[in-house]
Amino acid sequence: MRKALDVADLRERLKAAGNRGFWRSLDEIAQTDAFRVMLDREFPQGASEMRDPVSRRNFLKLMGASLALGGLTGCQFDFKQPQEKLVPYVRQPEQIIPGRPLQYATAMTRGGYALGLLVTSYEGRPTKIEGNLDQSASFGATDLFAQAAILNMYDPDRSTGVVQGTTASDYNAFLNAARPAFADATAAGGRGLRILTGTITSPTLADQIQSILVQSTDAVWYQYEPLGYENTAAGAQLAFGEAVDTVYAFNAADVVVALDSDFMSDPAAGVRYSRDLAEKRTVTKNNKVMSRFFVAEPAPTNTGLLADHRLSVKPSQVSGIAAQLAAALGVPGINAVQGGDEKVVNWVAAATTDLRAATGRSVVVVGESQPPAVHALVHAINATLGNVGRTVTYIDPVAPTEFVGTAGLIELVNDINAGEVSTLLMFGVNPVYDAPADLGFAAALGKVALSVHHGLYQDETAAAATWHVPAAHFLESWGDLRAFDGSVALMQPLIAPLYGGKTATEVIAGVAGGVQTDYDMLSEFWRGRPEVTTFETFFPAALNLGIVRDSAFPARQPTLAAVTLADAPVAEGIEIVFRADASLGAESEYGNNRWLHEVPKPFSKLVWDNVASVAPRTAETLALADGDIVTLTLDGRTVNAPAHVQPGMAEDVVVVTFGYGRTRAGQAGNGVGYSAFALRSSANRWFAGGLQVTKTGTTTKLASTQGHFSMEGREHDIMRHGTLEEFKTNEDFVHEKDHKIISLFPEYKYNGYKWGMSINSTVCNGCNACIVACQAENNIPIVGKAEILAGREMHWLRIDQYYEGDLDDPTVYNVVMLCQQCENAPCEIVCPVAATVHDNEGLNNMVYNRCVGTKYCSNNCPYKVRRFNFFQYADQTTPSLKLQRNPEVTVRVKGVMEKCTFCVQRISTARIDSERENRTLADGEVQTACQQACPTQAIVFGDLNNPNAQVVARAADPLTFSSLEVLNTAPRVTYMAKMTNPNPELGEHGSGHSA
Amino acid sequence: MQAQRIKPPVIETTDALLGPNQTYEGVTAKITDIVLTAPRKTPWGWPVGFVAAGMFLLLYLFSLATLFVRGVGIWGINIPVAWGFDIINFVWWIGIGHAGTLISAVLLLFRQDWRTSINRAAEAMTIFAVACAGIYPLVHTGRPWLDYWFLPYPATTGMWPQFRSPLEWDVFAISTYATISTLFWFVGLIPDMAVLRDRATHIWVKRFYGALSLGWRGAARHWNRYETASLILAGLSTPLVLSVHSIISFDFAVSQLPGWHVTVFPPYFVAGAVYCGFAMVINLLVPIRRWFGLHDLITMKHFDLMGQVMLASGLVVAYGYVSEMFFAWYSGTIYEQFLIVNRTVGPYAWSYWALIILNIAIPQLLWFPRVRQNIPLLFFISICVNIGMWFERWVIVVLSLHRDFLPSSWGMYTPSFWDWSTYIGSFGLFFVLFFLFIRLLPVISVFEVRDLIHKTKHAKAASTTDHV
Repeated sequence: MRKALDVADLRERLKAAGNRGFWRSLDEIAQTDAFRVMLDREFPQGASEMRDPVSRRNFLKLMGASLALGGLTGCQFDFKQPQEKLVPYVRQPEQIIPGRPLQYATAMTRGGYALGLLVTSYEGRPTKIEGNLDQSASFGATDLFAQAAILNMYDPDRSTGVVQGTTASDYNAFLNAARPAFADATAAGGRGLRILTGTITSPTLADQIQSILVQSTDAVWYQYEPLGYENTAAGAQLAFGEAVDTVYAFNAADVVVALDSDFMSDPAAGVRYSRDLAEKRTVTKNNKVMSRFFVAEPAPTNTGLLADHRLSVKPSQVSGIAAQLAAALGVPGINAVQGGDEKVVNWVAAATTDLRAATGRSVVVVGESQPPAVHALVHAINATLGNVGRTVTYIDPVAPTEFVGTAGLIELVNDINAGEVSTLLMFGVNPVYDAPADLGFAAALGKVALSVHHGLYQDETAAAATWHVPAAHFLESWGDLRAFDGSVALMQPLIAPLYGGKTATEVIAGVAGGVQTDYDMLSEFWRGRPEVTTFETFFPAALNLGIVRDSAFPARQPTLAAVTLADAPVAEGIEIVFRADASLGAESEYGNNRWLHEVPKPFSKLVWDNVASVAPRTAETLALADGDIVTLTLDGRTVNAPAHVQPGMAEDVVVVTFGYGRTRAGQAGNGVGYSAFALRSSANRWFAGGLQVTKTGTTTKLASTQGHFSMEGREHDIMRHGTLEEFKTNEDFVHEKDHKIISLFPEYKYNGYKWGMSINSTVCNGCNACIVACQAENNIPIVGKAEILAGREMHWLRIDQYYEGDLDDPTVYNVVMLCQQCENAPCEIVCPVAATVHDNEGLNNMVYNRCVGTKYCSNNCPYKVRRFNFFQYADQTTPSLKLQRNPEVTVRVKGVMEKCTFCVQRISTARIDSERENRTLADGEVQTACQQACPTQAIVFGDLNNPNAQVVARAADPLTFSSLEVLNTAPRVTYMAKMTNPNPELGEHGSGHSA
Repeated sequence: MQAQRIKPPVIETTDALLGPNQTYEGVTAKITDIVLTAPRKTPWGWPVGFVAAGMFLLLYLFSLATLFVRGVGIWGINIPVAWGFDIINFVWWIGIGHAGTLISAVLLLFRQDWRTSINRAAEAMTIFAVACAGIYPLVHTGRPWLDYWFLPYPATTGMWPQFRSPLEWDVFAISTYATISTLFWFVGLIPDMAVLRDRATHIWVKRFYGALSLGWRGAARHWNRYETASLILAGLSTPLVLSVHSIISFDFAVSQLPGWHVTVFPPYFVAGAVYCGFAMVINLLVPIRRWFGLHDLITMKHFDLMGQVMLASGLVVAYGYVSEMFFAWYSGTIYEQFLIVNRTVGPYAWSYWALIILNIAIPQLLWFPRVRQNIPLLFFISICVNIGMWFERWVIVVLSLHRDFLPSSWGMYTPSFWDWSTYIGSFGLFFVLFFLFIRLLPVISVFEVRDLIHKTKHAKAASTTDHV
């Protein structure tokens, strides 16, 4: 169809254009139809209309309008859209891929001892802390403090600079002031120089301080930990004539007797011991054995919750019980002791029988709060039972033993008062707040010419010291620590110090005139160690693992000295018992941690307060009710505290907890609760008689996340329980009252993954690590006391506790309650906008973006696990808190519902990775945050379609049941019945109470 | 008009739907004069009442503004009680609306002439109550600016509403109800608008009503069309009387919560709605009748008949309570049984017994004709029923939610200041609209009363024994 080109005509046309016009092809010059078609096709519609003046006007109109309207898209309702900059890396850091997290091994101190960690970091900002699988105190799990520590690092109330007195200064000014003083003291052989720290297990730091002491012989290094292991150490000294630490192997013990010992909450080894004990108490169809566990304690603890036989006793009675046990077991040198009341006698008799039957396979353990003599006695009992070397091993002391504890602090205060101290360096301690009240530490501190406080917060001691130097958080530090068994864990920074904090090693080096960094000190120390042959290979390997291999202390066989029976501690009248708070712990640095303030305390479920707990009978005698403010008077010191009636406590005992009543903790912690340190004297560190309790007549409102602790006869639907004996005789006893659940419709077939969770109620001790882990992983906001009082807590996971039986001696059941991911989810059908829907892996998804907030889903949820953002709870303004958040999880806004997602972000990440590698996910590859943190391994998560998955075995176990099975919601979360292994002579539960 | 100023002695008619000696002209004048009074001659009570209601409306608007800015957390709701005053008042208001529809539609179809004098006011009440009710579900959401997601529209997201949710059914039920009620009401107003147009003296008033009367000339063809339209609308409205409150009851009945998951709910809710709707009609008509001297048009016979309807629907409601008790026992389910225990002796038992006394015990007085014809007593009983029916929704919403399956999550509910201000404020909206209605539109249907006079005369002429 094409016309042949007329070349001559083309030449003419070009000539006419004067050779100036550009042309693309001969077709163009010829103005052929084909060219026009081509032009139209290449510049369709509007573009070809460019030549048309009318269309061009239209075009300009359109462009003008788009420009104007385009500008409008920049407008927001609040007119303050933040200016965001997208800056690429100039040099791509090694290993960092934007959006892909990295994990680094490090460690933190718990009571001075190492807890190995694995910290997740996104583009250089740490967001989540997990346990280090290779570290002996963790084995992959953590406690709630490790989970909450990340919030401490980002805390906007942390100390941000050097302070001299009350005026802001800088680090160089501090060095200029401290160096001459230090040099003078060193020149004078260390006279007037004192160093005060918490328990230091760090080999590097200890070495550094020791090297100062070598030069300055008159200088003294004191270590004071308010809740340190002073009695434990003194007891070992008493028993063996030398300092040893004790390490228990609960996973090899068939019988465990704990005397006033909450070893599962122990800062140094609690995580590991929880795991070990739980290992021996996990009952399944194929493993119908469990250890027998006796606990005698004054107030319910997480440890006591797992006991088969729990005895409520006053702390002063414990030594008598230990003596009875020792006598009954035939500990040499101990004569038969007169028994107390019948309950105690029966308990001791049963424990004796069981211990005798398990020689070499048992553990008797006593808590730090008991006097040294009881510790010595228990060492003798373990020796008599043949446990030493098997379940009980002795090692060299992990922490230095000289000048430690209260005795050291007394000496320090005396020296100061005698005018012998001119320079006092304090690292990571807050003695103005937590020293025994009778010492008058705060007054003494004022007499020191140069007192330096080094800490995370500008706390009470910082305010009283002449200088304050901000400390680097452990996530910002290089360092090393020893665990309870002596093994070394290494610390490496995840981020440069947010607020310019320095580590203790840096400050000491600086004060001594050096300029070494914490990294220099650490590497120098390890380079010089005899066991390190090639530092260049050793150090990266150790850092990678987070531990130094084979560094645990070897077992020793110390010789037991003859044990004599000490007089029972005298405690008359009402006894006061001092305890670490379950939420705020032993260290004052958690005093401003909002996550910890809002985590419900075990047994009372109270938040944002500490209380003075009393038994129901004592409350009756003293006419106390929850929230009554009482004045506690001990040795002339008084404090006002709200009373709380706690079933399961020993009579005539008032339990107070530390950590509250802060004046300079930060915005969250200031003025919350009362300080129990105000009552504590250096003589009676843990309990004392003669407490006076008087009602003031005023009351306060205590905020609790659970208001009702009875199962109301719904045991079968909520928490089934039984004994090992029952299980052995009737494997199906859990299901005897089951209804047959039928459906009109066929079940949905899941062809890919089918996620499910199983929770073993037998081993859950209610330590709350899962709650804080969930909070950290899922960006769960805190709401404050007023909102908790209004019933609006936000935790996706809660630990329900139900009391059963006698008011004075109840059995407590833990039910870990989270979204049950029901197959027939009641929430889904009632949502008018399909904001909560089921996915093809069986997850009940919550689509925040789609949620309008009718709250109907919550009303229809029989488990009431849905949480609603009644206000804008998530902090959208504090910059440092934004850094903390998990970028994989939406930060929720006002007006939307939220709930447990089974950590869907973790599932998705793992699934995507596996799909890229063209494989399916193996069992255990996806761990939920709660599961990963759980020290007792109570939570198992996995694919119900994977026949080899642990969760499948658990789901098929005869002990497994569903919560509220009768509703046929078909939950994906199942529970294993709470099992106990009572002594047949005592019956279920120590007091003879039987179900 | 001057003659109206001097109040004639009130003669209460108890056996007829009209007072004695009613004429077409007299009735027309009586009703339309209320509307056509010059603004300056408005009885002083009107501006006082209007301003008072307006103050409450301002409180309402302020409460809603606070709600939007701060979030639903200003209310007393929590987990487990995630619905509180919002849903209680929503159901209460929508229930009130029901009597209007029943009177205008159902009684029309059943040719009950006694509806004539009261249907206009009752219908107005319906529309205003539905407005008050409809606002609640819109503002009770956490993010009310996204409420349009309830509507099925082809969104770019490809998302549709979730049609299995009873809340979604509510969207259609309430919007249909509001639309049909408004249409029905407006169609019924057209002939009266024409009367007002014809009687008005001021040009702008004439134009105003002229526009609203849509060119009505009273032609036979107009009447024919009118009758057809109103029959069709009555036919559409009648199922709505049953369906709207049935669907509202599904909000509860479809859930699995003890106290909500009750199969008797649909009829029980409808009866309850009629019950408190009639109580509200009485509460509104008693003062209107007195203030505007409408004794001849709204007679004691009307009140007697309304009392009878209340008694009947109240007994259905009572049956609902009894059946809840029975089935709690008969089900053998511990959760259902606990619900009854918790209602009768739990922490909110006072509200349950208040409900029984106000809703069941006191209204039994209506068995006596003398009580039904005693205006103060009837007014008092109606107030009791309105409060009692409010307590019924309180009992259903709060008492079921606050203690459900897991005792660990049990909680309490205390309404906050903003709960109360929103509720009291919604009366402001209702009464502002009602005052405007009284002043701008004929409270009684003029042409229907005239028709009734006509029928009454013919009936009398035809037979002296006929009942009217």
